[in-house]
Amino acid sequence: MGNPMRIRAAASDGVTEVKVLMNHEMETGQRKDSSGNLIPAHFITELNAKHGDKVVLQAEFGPSVSKNPFLSFKFKGGAKGEKVVISWVDNKGDSRSDEATIG
Amino acid sequence: MDQLRRNTLKAGSGLSLFSLLVAAGMVKPGVAEAAWSKAAFEAKKMDAALSALGAGSPAESAEVQLTAPDIAENGAVVPVGVVSNLPDTEEVAILVEKNPNMLAARFMLPAGTEAAVQTRIKMGQTSDVYAVVKAGGKYYMAKKEIKVTLGGCGG
Repeated sequence: MGNPMRIRAAASDGVTEVKVLMNHEMETGQRKDSSGNLIPAHFITELNAKHGDKVVLQAEFGPSVSKNPFLSFKFKGGAKGEKVVISWVDNKGDSRSDEATIG
Repeated sequence: MDQLRRNTLKAGSGLSLFSLLVAAGMVKPGVAEAAWSKAAFEAKKMDAALSALGAGSPAESAEVQLTAPDIAENGAVVPVGVVSNLPDTEEVAILVEKNPNMLAARFMLPAGTEAAVQTRIKMGQTSDVYAVVKAGGKYYMAKKEIKVTLGGCGG
């Protein structure tokens, strides 16, 4: 189970802006530790965002997305009090899902 | 018959059945319905990455805007934003020409989601960054050189 992410969703003029800060190493698999051994790659591969039952964003990440990835996007619709759910899986099969209330 | 079963079990000792199946390519780890675009993410050449995305050679378009700093002091965290003013934008991909693997991220935008995404990427060195957009079944792009003073892929 990954660490919790921070999600902020704000609706204005019929558009909801979502900002997500994930908590993940995003290890590239190219770095070496102090004894010269390659650190295995560990990064988020897929992410999806849902507003109710509707998928509002799907993303695929490679290891060159920064550590603790940030993501922001906007979708039409969404009202105060409704939920946005963000889920990700990483290359080791770990996953995490968090929700936020649109404010 | 029994011999085969025995060998299979022997090979499986110490490994879980799941990881065996993964190794054999029979089971994909992660979410089944959205398969990660392995070929595109592992491409080490720009044209290979683009063709793995199905983009071929996208036309440069002024309707695609790539927002990023001219100079990134820290290559580990480079804020990048892509906005597309093209109608029916379905997909946005961000690629870094001089990274070991070009493709950084790919976004699929269902109808109703605006073609405006922002994220942060790592850059090993000064490079052109490409925003490739799929709109109405065609591919367009914008590029921008970002100078990196401190690489983000070193130890």
